[in-house]
Amino acid sequence: MVHRARMGHPGGDLSAADILAVLYFHVLRIDPARPDDAGRDRFVLSKGHASASLYATLALRGFFSEDLLTTYMRPLSSLNGHPDRNKVPGVEANTGPLGHGLPIAVGLALGARLTQGTWRTFVLTGDGELQEGSNWEAAMAAGQFGLDGLTLIVDRNRLQQGDTTENTVTLDPLADRLRSFGWAVVEVDGHDVGTLVATFEALPAAAGRPTAIVAQTIKGRGVSFIENRVEWHHRVPTDGEMALALGELRDPS
Amino acid sequence: MTTGADCRVAFADTLIELAANDPRIVAVVNDSVGSSNLRGFRTRFPDRLVNVGIAEQNLVGVSAGLAGAGLMPFTCGASCFLTGRALEQVKADLAYSRHNVKLCGMSSGMAYGELGPTHHSIEDLAWTRAIAGMTVIVPADPIETVQAVRAAAAMAGPVFLRISRMGVPAVHDDAYRFAIGRAAQLRRGDDVTLIATGVLVHRVLEAADALSRDGIEATVLNMATIRPLDREAVVAAARRGPIVTAEEHTVVGGLGSAVAEVVVETHPVRMRMLGVPGVFAPTGSSHFLLEHFGLTASGIATAARDLLRDGR
Ligand SMILES: Cc1ncc(C[n+]2csc(CCOP(=O)(O)OP(=O)(O)O)c2C)c(N)n1
Ligand SMILES: [Mg+2]
Repeated sequence: MVHRARMGHPGGDLSAADILAVLYFHVLRIDPARPDDAGRDRFVLSKGHASASLYATLALRGFFSEDLLTTYMRPLSSLNGHPDRNKVPGVEANTGPLGHGLPIAVGLALGARLTQGTWRTFVLTGDGELQEGSNWEAAMAAGQFGLDGLTLIVDRNRLQQGDTTENTVTLDPLADRLRSFGWAVVEVDGHDVGTLVATFEALPAAAGRPTAIVAQTIKGRGVSFIENRVEWHHRVPTDGEMALALGELRDPS
Repeated sequence: MTTGADCRVAFADTLIELAANDPRIVAVVNDSVGSSNLRGFRTRFPDRLVNVGIAEQNLVGVSAGLAGAGLMPFTCGASCFLTGRALEQVKADLAYSRHNVKLCGMSSGMAYGELGPTHHSIEDLAWTRAIAGMTVIVPADPIETVQAVRAAAAMAGPVFLRISRMGVPAVHDDAYRFAIGRAAQLRRGDDVTLIATGVLVHRVLEAADALSRDGIEATVLNMATIRPLDREAVVAAARRGPIVTAEEHTVVGGLGSAVAEVVVETHPVRMRMLGVPGVFAPTGSSHFLLEHFGLTASGIATAARDLLRDGR
């Protein structure tokens, strides 16, 4: 999709792909035929720049036709560079500016409590994204409200747009920081599907607290020359790189 | 489709040149070294580049503090986040506090095209020009960018510089002299005045050429300073006849509104305000979106013809 559109964020797409797959194919109680069902689990992609991964996941899960994916970022397409809940079935929040998803998710989780809703709320943020103060305002509120229907997944790939997170503004010790805000924290390998499944099945990690899953990931996961390389935050593969990348993803060795 | 130079290059080259002679200058960024084209600055002055991470409110607040310490921050980030996310810091910490910070809004307007309305910065002129004490400048080409950066550094007080990443052809020559608060007349005609800012200036010049072929002679003004506005130039235009404004911005509160505020109080004439008509843009490249909203030479010329016809 990024290759065809000549634009996008392949690094962050790939680091989140396994998490999205587990959520949409195993965890979320959702019905693609009824994307507006009031009782559905809510998933907010806060790192909206990973839109290609989200759209591909939604299409495979049946929210819309896979054919639509070829229109990614084309003129007048519903598949904008950042997701739009009013145009794409299954999208819950219009993200793109970092640091918006967690506050929205706190509202969704609190809303479930206030309306006796049974849904659970999940939100995926980047790690660099956590430098935005709004996340910590929301984290405090979630701790205060004891929102155990809320699960934050942090795509901890240790890279942001221009450098590593730790060279920019350090996030470690991330788990301790979240704990001190009243969260139950689990650290997992964000590419180990079995562990992810088990972690999600054991939610909430502590009664009466929101859960944060710090998912250790690799930016650009699955493509050797993209993995852990900061420039691939928003680089577009050439035709040759595209062929190589597809080969590696089809036949990982 | 027009191509040309990315104003971020002229911006960064000028900043380096100024910084070499003015130790007060620091660059402050939000994980935006690359997108602000500041890699060269970082290489040259590694300890004068401050990266606060992805945190725009902190970015502007820290900049205010640096100014309070006697430095002159050039605070650079994507215009949408720099203004929208940190607007209260801009108001209270920069404008109200009168701190000497130069806000450099990169990739403004709809330059981010396909990345969508979250990344478009089409409200930034309305927001910043509403704030007392702000100077708001929108260069139209690299030549003007160079001079605008120098002028911002030469004045004391907060400035919002709106820089595009869309390639634009030069509309000024080397003899051009930019002055804050002064419109530049690029063409003279008595039938209609076309007033534009930023990346639309060259399109308005092309529109004026097209109108001239139909026997309609337009005055073209490049209104590079949105605040303080060149009231005299606007009044003179109104006395000549109808006015068309064109901006890569919502028609609510930007250049067109600023011009209209002067026109209705001094010499009411018919106007057409071209821009984004109060909607969020659909998906598309920056060039596609300008065309979609009629912000092309032919769209502008048509609007001027319609205005002259309706107005008579
Ligand atoms: C408020 C805001 N500031 C800046 C940006 C520009 N931006 C887009 S992605 C990105 C880096 C994000 O890094 P991270 O959260 O670690 O995401 P990932 O590594 O998963 O791609 C930046 C700075 C933005 N989208 N929103
Ligand atoms: Mg990251």
